[in-house]
Amino acid sequence: MQIYLPIAEVSVNAFLLLGLGGMVGVLSGMFGVGGGFLMTPLLFFIGIPPAVAVATEANQIVASSFSGVLAHLRRKTVDLRMGTVLLIGGLLGAALGVVVFNYLKSMGQVDLLVKLCYVLFLGVIGGMMFFESLRAIRQTRSGKVVPKRKKHNWIHGLPFKMRFRTSGLYISVIPPLLVGVAVGILAAIMGVGGGFIMVPAMIYLLGMPTKVVVGTSLFQIIFVTAFTTMLHATTNFTVDVALAVLLLIGGVIGAQIGTQIGTKMKAEQLRILLAMMVLAVCFKLAFDLLLQPSELYSIGAAGGH
Amino acid sequence: MLRRLALLICLMAMPATAEEVVLGLSSDKVRITATFEGSEVLVFGAVKRQAAIPDEPLDVIVTIAGPSKPLTMRRKERVLGIWVNTDAVEIDAAPSFYAVATTRPLDQVLSNVEDLRHRVSINRAIRSVGAPAEVADAQTFTDALIRIRKKNLSYQMLEGAVALDEQTLFRTAIELPANLTEGSYQTRIFLTRGGAVVSQFETAIEVRKVGLERWIYTLSREQPMIYGLMSLAIAIAAGWGASAAFRMMRQNG
Repeated sequence: MQIYLPIAEVSVNAFLLLGLGGMVGVLSGMFGVGGGFLMTPLLFFIGIPPAVAVATEANQIVASSFSGVLAHLRRKTVDLRMGTVLLIGGLLGAALGVVVFNYLKSMGQVDLLVKLCYVLFLGVIGGMMFFESLRAIRQTRSGKVVPKRKKHNWIHGLPFKMRFRTSGLYISVIPPLLVGVAVGILAAIMGVGGGFIMVPAMIYLLGMPTKVVVGTSLFQIIFVTAFTTMLHATTNFTVDVALAVLLLIGGVIGAQIGTQIGTKMKAEQLRILLAMMVLAVCFKLAFDLLLQPSELYSIGAAGGH
Repeated sequence: MLRRLALLICLMAMPATAEEVVLGLSSDKVRITATFEGSEVLVFGAVKRQAAIPDEPLDVIVTIAGPSKPLTMRRKERVLGIWVNTDAVEIDAAPSFYAVATTRPLDQVLSNVEDLRHRVSINRAIRSVGAPAEVADAQTFTDALIRIRKKNLSYQMLEGAVALDEQTLFRTAIELPANLTEGSYQTRIFLTRGGAVVSQFETAIEVRKVGLERWIYTLSREQPMIYGLMSLAIAIAAGWGASAAFRMMRQNG
């Protein structure tokens, strides 16, 4: 069944969108990431204009994260204090990101920036997670349990310390604020929630316990993506509500199924799977940049070079 | 203006061969609904004439042009190993949709001079005044635009698609693709003899979003704040609703 999207001004198959939403939803439920980093490139691929894809994806992430955060709140696995600090950073970052996005759009370089961001971040994070979880799996196999050291690195020397009771941390607010800003910028530019960056950053950089990480990141993501949606809706007019609804119908159902699968799997297995997927998307995008495209020319809106 | 006047004088000077178009359209409105999959417009008509049919064969050209917009064409080049947009050329006006249907190959039914005057061929329908000095091959950018738009059926060259009976009745069907934008689609019919336009007729097909599509589009432009909040409310309601529904199913099951 073809459906005409009022803002994107293209006609696409409704079941294709439902299916895409569902597929990405399963993954997001399994791994506790929004799935935006998969969905946005997929939307480019089916012919949705990039600006519309990025803005609409932000809206869809709000929906897919909302049911997740409710579940985590019930289980009390959300560090609200940490979430709020991350959120303040996130809102600043998102505002900055939309400005950068609009500037680069006028320069005709927005696609390149988005893709380079993806390759860089997905590559670094996917690689880190992959080797980390590989080591963890080997250790559990060989039966050796390495005692967890409390790492005292430069992060613990920073001022403005704050106690985060749920996470059991007493650290400076600067690193979480910076993580928030970085994720906010990415949310606006790449049309992602940023969970795939925030989750590893919280674990490896801030040292938060794994069980509160997902809930807290979802909490932050909801507000930042809601803010990004509003910014895109009011400055670019590129949020397509019909597209968002179709994606999220598939997405919320998929997310519930994904959560069920996720609880049945071991944390290391889950992490290595996510790492592999992140790397796969990264390689695909890197190849696209390196190989000669079949069409060297592209049509852009008027104004600027 | 002067050209038009000259044409008018020419037409008046030879009333014996005067031929006029009487046109019919299967629809003068295209309504974009939620399930819009493209539309076929039937253009048909008759040639009204006072005198006998001249010896030279008559040809018919039908063009449909969507709203014109300026745009920027960009070309990728390899920089430091990756493909990056480098050169850009501004196109002053290019129709979002353009179709030319003719009775025979266009170069046989329309002379170059007439094409220039009436902007009939796809190349002429695109207006590109100047390119920046550093771009030597500006024409390749226009060619690329035509190539890309032809691929997704936004530009169509339908040579031989107009059926002409007894040099009087003509008809053609033009497929409007699903990725149509709103606006007034200028429709022109030319009668030509020996490459010269002998008569011309113009009308418009209105393409409009209707119903829900119209409402969403208008709201997003006129009340972006309310539209954004509505989008969020819908998203949150759906997210919450789905999780509530699943919880109930699990408790019951």
